[in-house]
Amino acid sequence: MSTDTHAAGAHDHHHGDGHAHGTFSSYMLGFVLSVVLTAIPFWLVMSGTLPSKQVTALVIMAFAVVQIVVHMIYFLHMNTTSENGWSMMALIFTIVMVVIALSGSLWVMSHLNSNMMPIHQMTGMK
Amino acid sequence: MSPELLKLIFGRLGIESLPLHEPIVVGTFVVVALGGVALLGGLTYFRLWGYLWREWFTTVDHKRIGIMYMILGIVMLLRGFADALMMRGQQMLAFGGSEGYLNAHHYDQVFTAHGVIMIFFVAMPLVTGLMNYVVPLQIGARDVSFPFLNNFSFWMTVGGAVLVMASLFIGEFARTGWLAYPPLSNIGYSPDVGVDYYIWALQVAGVGTTLSGINLICTIVKLRCPGMTMMKMPVFTWTSLCTNVLIVASFPVLTVVLALLSLDRYVGTNFFTNDFGGSPMMYVNLIWIWGHPEVYILVLPAFGIFSEVTSAFSGKRLFGYTSMVYATVVITILSYLVWLHHFFTMGSGASVNSFFGITTMIISIPTGAKMFNWLFTMYRGRIRYELPMMWTIAFMLTFVIGGMTGVLLAVPPADFVLHNSLFLIAHFHNVIIGGVVFGAFAGINYWFPKAFGFKLDPFWGKMSFWFWVTGFYLAFMPLYVLGLMGVTRRLRVFDDPSLQIWFVIAAIGALFVFIGILSMLMQFAVSLLKREQLKDVTGDPWDARTLEWATSSPPPDYNFAFTPVVHDNDAWWDMKKRGYQRPLTGFKPIHMPASTGTGIILAGFATAMGFGLIWYMWWLAAASFIAMLAVGIGHTFNYHRDFDIPAEDVIRTEDARTKLLAGAK
Repeated sequence: MSTDTHAAGAHDHHHGDGHAHGTFSSYMLGFVLSVVLTAIPFWLVMSGTLPSKQVTALVIMAFAVVQIVVHMIYFLHMNTTSENGWSMMALIFTIVMVVIALSGSLWVMSHLNSNMMPIHQMTGMK
Repeated sequence: MSPELLKLIFGRLGIESLPLHEPIVVGTFVVVALGGVALLGGLTYFRLWGYLWREWFTTVDHKRIGIMYMILGIVMLLRGFADALMMRGQQMLAFGGSEGYLNAHHYDQVFTAHGVIMIFFVAMPLVTGLMNYVVPLQIGARDVSFPFLNNFSFWMTVGGAVLVMASLFIGEFARTGWLAYPPLSNIGYSPDVGVDYYIWALQVAGVGTTLSGINLICTIVKLRCPGMTMMKMPVFTWTSLCTNVLIVASFPVLTVVLALLSLDRYVGTNFFTNDFGGSPMMYVNLIWIWGHPEVYILVLPAFGIFSEVTSAFSGKRLFGYTSMVYATVVITILSYLVWLHHFFTMGSGASVNSFFGITTMIISIPTGAKMFNWLFTMYRGRIRYELPMMWTIAFMLTFVIGGMTGVLLAVPPADFVLHNSLFLIAHFHNVIIGGVVFGAFAGINYWFPKAFGFKLDPFWGKMSFWFWVTGFYLAFMPLYVLGLMGVTRRLRVFDDPSLQIWFVIAAIGALFVFIGILSMLMQFAVSLLKREQLKDVTGDPWDARTLEWATSSPPPDYNFAFTPVVHDNDAWWDMKKRGYQRPLTGFKPIHMPASTGTGIILAGFATAMGFGLIWYMWWLAAASFIAMLAVGIGHTFNYHRDFDIPAEDVIRTEDARTKLLAGAK
């Protein structure tokens, strides 16, 4: 293996091992899925079909997660074997970190909220 | 000119922004200005500008960028340490009705600047510099994956440092403590430019740090030489990999937190305000999600340096390589699970506190495993007590004390007594100086001959060592005592005269450290003068074990004429044992990245944009932003990004080395 092409990279048109390019149909499929996954939450908000705002918010979040997965598969061409598995490992690591940060913050802050007097009650604001 | 026009051009900046009423600052300014004029004049007189621009400022060579990082770190160490001396002096004097010599306004800036500078602009550049220099050599690569990005990252770090330094003479720095907790850092309580300097210095430097993290991860993952599997990588490369993973995963959190704080300050949002549903505690929570991994970002590479040094100077393979790697990975993950121990007293309940207390204590297990690995590496080794090894021993003794006080602080009830006290200050200086700073010094003494072709002078090195180590103990052991007696941090004046003796001892310790720093500068100067006596022609002055010692000192631009092939851990030791012969013929042209000035120009505009945002000079911020976009887009049309070192040049360089080696035998 030569390090030269990597070191300069100016005319480097070769994109590493196992890095698949999408086809026209896979891009179209991804595009259509993204549009659908965006249109449904939009419709949910505009029409107010679901009974409560909280349920609507949760459903939109679920659609957002699916949307992320669609982007990763169809636009970022990620699969379990690309880049010798490094992409997958990086993804798992990212998910672990995000879950720790989000769930940890929610836990810590809600615990704090129930232990301390909430600020908005102190000042009488709603 | 009309006041409106002045305001449009200069924003908040006016003649009254200059700290002319602070004699200490004015004095400093005079000295710095004279020194600066002398330096610039000297550079002009000796016609060095062209050389510096071509060979250093625009270089994409990871070795030169690494050296520039180290210079930045050492220069900023002088500034950060000046702040430390001022604090020690103030606290020593301000007893029995005396106000000391620093007013509250100035003192609060001093302790904030000390923390910010020491972490972001001393420890980070030193660590990044060593990684930048050593990692590509250790894995047998020609350069990092993205050489231009590397240059850009460095100059962004410099840009942040420039903003912090500018705050000394133009306006003021934050008076909030080094993490700028709201509500104090909100616009209502800190209406001045101090916190804005803080925000934009860290944002500019943070871009550099994140990009350099991405760069080094990619380098380690993709550019290892043939045969170097993950479990054959040197431990320093492993700890660098984990550190950069931590950087990439945690610095975005800092960026976002600071961005939210800027929104609060600039456009009146209420993320971290007291009213309108904002929560200052959320800031504390988020910034420590970055802050705790940050301390491991600093200390992991130091652990790597100690591993390399212990094994090289004991003449043995590192004990428990595999356990060392797994300990590093475990620390990487666990460092994300402990952040709440920085605010046990914030008001979360017992279950939250005990969870984070226990995870914190668990971290000491892999760290302890590392300590035993180093001890077992030394056991029955033929130890040579040269400077890098001396710093390593000092680290092992000092860091264990700091670790023990850390586990003590991890017990929530104990933390309720000790939080915010000088005990905490003593603890984290104990681990950061004992771990990161001693590690950086071990690394500097160890790799200096690689970078410059001559060893550092041992006499002044030992002076520096003994003054630093005794100075450290004198300066910080009294703080443990004071902390146990309940003295809190960041106090400017004291009432109880019985405390004074401890502050006097601490101040004497700080003076010792000062002599240690001066000795280190002396060490560099003396070594430069005696470079012929201290010369290393072999490229392997310590009889060391890893690949960076296989090439010449200093290494040629291309690092290795032929990419090495690795069969074992301690690749160079293995090559030496098997009677490796340097190839003397068959050299080919080597494809290399070309220098570019885009990095320094972009970083210059970023710094100007930060300055504009700090002072509300909106035209400057907007113009710099547009200029940045233009330069960035312009750079994509630069097709002169690579060149080939002709085979004749490679042959000439390698022949010179052959002659040198023959002379040495």
